[in-house]
Amino acid sequence: MSSIPATKRSSGNSKSTPPNGKFDAGAGGQDSGTGSMTMMTMLSAINRAMDDALRTDDSVVLLGQDIGVDEGVFRATADLLDRYGDKRVIDTPLAEGAIIGGAVGMALYGLKPVAEMQFSGFAYQAFHQVEQHMSRFRNRTRGRYGMPMVIRMPYGGGIRAVEHHSESREAYYAHTPGLLTVIPSTPRNARALLLESIRHPDPVIFYEPKQLYRAFKEEVPDELEYMPLGKAHVAREGSDLTIISYGAMMRPCLEAAEDISEADGASIEVVDLLTVSPLDTETIINSVQKTGRAVVVHEGPRNCGIGSEVVARIVERSLDYLEAPIRRITGFDVQFPYFARERAFLPNTDRITHAVREVLAFE
Amino acid sequence: MPRKKLKIKASIDYLSIIDGKGKVDEALDPKLDPKLLLHIYRLMMTARRLDERCINMQRQGRIGTYGPCRGQEATHCAATVVMEPEDWVVHAFREPGSFYHRGWPLETVLKFWGGYEEGCQPPEGVNDTPIAVPIASQVPHAMGLAWAMHCKGDNHAVLCYCGDGGTSEGDFHEALNFAGVYKLPLIVLIQNNQWAISIPREKQTASETIAQKAIAYGVEGIQVDGNDPLSVYVATKEAVDRAKSGGGTTLIEAVTYRLGVHTTADDPKKYRSDAEVAKWEKLDPIPRFQKYLKERKILDKASIEKIEKEILAEVAGAVERYEACRDVDPMDCFDYLLAEMPQELVEQRAEFAACIEREGVGLGH
Repeated sequence: MSSIPATKRSSGNSKSTPPNGKFDAGAGGQDSGTGSMTMMTMLSAINRAMDDALRTDDSVVLLGQDIGVDEGVFRATADLLDRYGDKRVIDTPLAEGAIIGGAVGMALYGLKPVAEMQFSGFAYQAFHQVEQHMSRFRNRTRGRYGMPMVIRMPYGGGIRAVEHHSESREAYYAHTPGLLTVIPSTPRNARALLLESIRHPDPVIFYEPKQLYRAFKEEVPDELEYMPLGKAHVAREGSDLTIISYGAMMRPCLEAAEDISEADGASIEVVDLLTVSPLDTETIINSVQKTGRAVVVHEGPRNCGIGSEVVARIVERSLDYLEAPIRRITGFDVQFPYFARERAFLPNTDRITHAVREVLAFE
Repeated sequence: MPRKKLKIKASIDYLSIIDGKGKVDEALDPKLDPKLLLHIYRLMMTARRLDERCINMQRQGRIGTYGPCRGQEATHCAATVVMEPEDWVVHAFREPGSFYHRGWPLETVLKFWGGYEEGCQPPEGVNDTPIAVPIASQVPHAMGLAWAMHCKGDNHAVLCYCGDGGTSEGDFHEALNFAGVYKLPLIVLIQNNQWAISIPREKQTASETIAQKAIAYGVEGIQVDGNDPLSVYVATKEAVDRAKSGGGTTLIEAVTYRLGVHTTADDPKKYRSDAEVAKWEKLDPIPRFQKYLKERKILDKASIEKIEKEILAEVAGAVERYEACRDVDPMDCFDYLLAEMPQELVEQRAEFAACIEREGVGLGH
């Protein structure tokens, strides 16, 4: 049912089963119509999306630290400098503010910059450009200047990284009007969402769950494929309880859903938000109205997290349907620990399973 | 290895053509076309009269807080005229003469300070950025525009205004550093008006000049008398010509003075002496330029009066046009945020509409 393999049971590859109507084949061009697929990791899929964008749109440029000769510290930009040259795949000096501020200037001139922040933990140096300029140009110029740009950044824990490299701060961006925040969960949706983000007329924060970069492979179509932004995806259908999550947490959520189905016979639905701002309220509400019970899961801190907004919308619109209080399994409202403690700290399958059982048992 | 001296290129030109007393260095006078000189003069006078009018309008509650440019007219007006329409001008917030020259209706300045986003909407065909209030964060945009020109191989250039206070911001440094690395066609013009609200120039940086910071970035630098429009023009023209022939970026420090308040919410008596202001009043760019134009027989008493009347009428017209379009729809705060309105905002917009309907408010002022 899902294209995300469970962490324990599957060491590797899964068959892709995209939901009908969720993906759009690219219109025209040499890429469409072949129907062939390639197995790849999320990292390769992200690389593929940037390759596709550079190849099909001359206004696309990539910029960031170490993205050219070094091909990115995770190799997300492998081979792209060789293919497209240093005017389109640009190694920059080390300054996040100038990368994003410069990308704003490029977007004003009509380019579509795709900027890489090496880690989301360093993007705060550029936050004033995001908040004061990138998110505002369209509104303040009454639509005269759009900001067609993407900021890619790896986020989240789970790879035993050094301090400042493991946080999930998507809520900062979701709190900022005038931009979209997208978080993929599989190779195939990462590729299709990144391609859509690059052609989108508004600025997109593309928050990449680096824990999943090389975690598993999935079949990705060779032809161009786009997924609409602002649409959640029902990753697993069920009727007794809804788990709502996104990004790297989708794997333990799906695993918890399977465990409970097998062990308890309960039917668990799992909603993958994919875009955390703007939220797809309709998909969330439809699911919770069907199941009457919900658990929301994310890595980031609980206070004013994405889960807070999800719960608020459920309560505002579906209180009458609820058969139990909603539970949140999230990062705690403390600093993300250094990696010696991160495995214990991160929400996991056991924690989610426990919460799901409690909510199911509530009468 | 012994300790030794590294040879670093370290000299900066200072340029002054019409000095503080109005005396002209004939050898340096670019002898600009009288039409261009008159145009610069008109821009400077328009900026000053609009400035005076804005301060009055703020006192009357007809606009909000205003940041005047009095004393800095030569700096911004003589630089902007160098730029071609396909070039870009990236503004800070004390350059009404530049907006006017570039084709922004005068009332857009009033609209911005009057609290209307419409004051940030460039006219069709005008390649500029609107007023930027956060200090120095516009410099990376100018660098990015120049970067895009460089990537696309377009032979244009970007002029960016910034203040002396802005040179302490990371964005100023980062943008010039990038511009130096890529040899971008960028001119960063620092309007050194001596004061960043209450912090004087000498407490802003220990550098002897702001222009010399160029040396560290590997770009060209020059300091000019910012109250002399000819010096500003010549330095900007040299910089633009160099930028368009592949010579990269220039940092221009225009030494000027903010004769007025930082904004209408500021009281400069708290931090600077009347004697200092009086000293700079004598260096006012406008009488100095009038003297030069009279000596060149480009202006006389009659033409000064005629231009004055025309400018006052133009400013009055702008005020009228501004006041005629103050009834705006507050609902449109939803309409320009994103290219496509998400469902959540469709619902919030409807909620806002219901509030307005119920509360009977609706006008933006």
